[in-house]
Amino acid sequence: MKIRKGAPKDSSAAAEWDLRLYVAGQSRKSLTALTNLKRLCEEHLSGRYHIEVIDLLETPQLASGDQILAIPTLVRKLPAPMKKLIGDFSNEERALVGLDLRPSKEKQL
Amino acid sequence: MRVRNSVDKARIGKKKTISDGALVKSPTGIRGFDEMTGGGLPRGRPTLVCGGPGCGKTLFALEFLVRGATEYGEPGVFVSFEERPEDLAVNVASLGFDLAALVKEKKLLVDHVHVQRSEIEETGDYDLDGLFIRIGHAIDTVGARRIVLDTIESLFSGLSNEGILRAELRRLFGWLKDKGVTAVITGERGDRALTRQGLEEYVSDCVILLDNRVVNDISTRRLRIVKYRGSKHTTNECPFLIDDGGFSITPMSSVGLTNEASEERVTTGIDRLDRMLGGSGYFRGSSVLTSGGAGTGKSTLAATFAASTCRRGERCVYFAFEESESQILRNVRSIGIDLAPCVAHGLLRFRNSRPTFCGLEMHLAAMHKMVEEFEPSAVIVDPVTNILQVGDAREAATMLIRLLDFLKLRGITSMFTSLTAGGSAVEATEVGVSSMMDTWILLRNLEADGERNRGLYVLKSRGMAHSNQVREFVMTNQGIQLIDVYTGSGGVLMGSARVNQEAFEAAEETRRRAAIDERERVMRRKHAALEGQIAAIRAEIDEDRSSLELDRNVELSRRDRGDALRGELARRKNADSATQNPQPRSRKKNGQELRG
Repeated sequence: MKIRKGAPKDSSAAAEWDLRLYVAGQSRKSLTALTNLKRLCEEHLSGRYHIEVIDLLETPQLASGDQILAIPTLVRKLPAPMKKLIGDFSNEERALVGLDLRPSKEKQL
Repeated sequence: MRVRNSVDKARIGKKKTISDGALVKSPTGIRGFDEMTGGGLPRGRPTLVCGGPGCGKTLFALEFLVRGATEYGEPGVFVSFEERPEDLAVNVASLGFDLAALVKEKKLLVDHVHVQRSEIEETGDYDLDGLFIRIGHAIDTVGARRIVLDTIESLFSGLSNEGILRAELRRLFGWLKDKGVTAVITGERGDRALTRQGLEEYVSDCVILLDNRVVNDISTRRLRIVKYRGSKHTTNECPFLIDDGGFSITPMSSVGLTNEASEERVTTGIDRLDRMLGGSGYFRGSSVLTSGGAGTGKSTLAATFAASTCRRGERCVYFAFEESESQILRNVRSIGIDLAPCVAHGLLRFRNSRPTFCGLEMHLAAMHKMVEEFEPSAVIVDPVTNILQVGDAREAATMLIRLLDFLKLRGITSMFTSLTAGGSAVEATEVGVSSMMDTWILLRNLEADGERNRGLYVLKSRGMAHSNQVREFVMTNQGIQLIDVYTGSGGVLMGSARVNQEAFEAAEETRRRAAIDERERVMRRKHAALEGQIAAIRAEIDEDRSSLELDRNVELSRRDRGDALRGELARRKNADSATQNPQPRSRKKNGQELRG
């Protein structure tokens, strides 16, 4: 059970990317999503991100604040504007588009 | 309803009884709905309420929750997928529901689930556990026994993966069932199916269809129970009304013709009319139809009845569809009926509205409501013909039957006035109204000799001896008076013709009487003269008789003297006494003759 689990060690208060991942227990989908998300962030945002994992089974009252329906849902708090991504990030292309990381990927290419 | 249920049980038999016993129902508290379904919605199961836009789905669902929280001690959760809680509270405040207070008391929880497709990117496999958790949390927070999902179809526009969505919805309804909450799920009506997204596939226990149809520019809301597993229910489309008291559904047909017939009579307000109706007026709780052409006095008769009802201290409702309250008051005051004090004392209440103001059902529901609130002992509908023109004939007939049933069940005496069109048959009434009525009074304009007179007939009156004669109906400034019409050698006459004829007859009678008196006088004189003559003749007879007697006595004494003389002579001559014997004989003979 992870409550507001702090993500990698390089997280800092001044992170440009503030991400919040909503999960429900340690389901396969949740774990896949976390793994995929971490990989994406490491690839594209190394050192500039912070992931907060919220387990709604533990804190169900937090679901309404960010209008969470689907699990898993990633909310990009920062940078603005707020973005919502649902799914386990198995479709990397769409995840990058959703996070506005697509241009940087194109640059790399 | 109870009667019907037991009948059905008896007919359908054992199987039905078992399932009825197993199915527990959650009362909705919505007027009329619990009667239709025999107790409400299936407890612990989801019910689908579907219909087009603006047909009242949300209000139905919300009233179910509010009534549950306030009347049945069952807290509820309202999950709104469309309206924000603030908007919702404002929208239902007009129905008298105070959502904010209920939320404060923790009897109700409103959760707004907002889905915006443009904000969401789908990146792979997901499920709706978030929604489950939210709903579960909401249910646990207030200890909800009831839940509404309004309108869950919005998810289809927010999320693109229909496959996941459908699977999750199926799971959601199953999950709600497991939690044992009674759920109402609303759905927008689709083109071919009941709902756009085919929600009826997932919710199969109870499906309710709401409809708002416009016929002849007038819209009528209707409710139909499409299916209700394991329960008997009304299958008809039932019209309903949304007003400041929430929903009210008026079942199509009443329980049955089981109303108790009263022996009690109520006066018509007109002494002569009471006498025409077997001596004491209408039966209490009966229906009276007053039909007639324009200006025959239908409303006046109705107002007279209203006044007499109030005079007994009973309440009366006057549904007027042609005139305003003050106009009616003014008009009847001119004939000496003052209804204003009845209104002031709260015994008489008017409801004036144009028939085209709303649909038949709306009228019916409004009438139901007023009667239920005011509990009158008499109801007047003036005129019923106008209101019947709003819908089609069939609709009008069923509406009237329902109104009659409703009033009869409550033992309310009802009077309907019906305008007969000029060209149609005098005894014709709209939609065969008359056959439903217990008493039918016909008012007719009778035109003769350049004037119109009103005639009143009692065409029928069930269960009482009634007069078959026509009466002249006269409005005086002391109210209505019924006068015997002239029926004699001159035909049936009314009005001034009757007055003329009566005067003529009176003169004629005086003349005849005078003639007879004259004859009597002549006769008396003649008789007196004859009596005189008779006396004279009798005197003559007596005179004759006495002179005859005198003569006879003279004769007898003469003969006696003769006999004595002869005897003396014989004695002197010593003659034998042979001649002595005949003497007494002849004397006797003479005596007999005299006597005769």
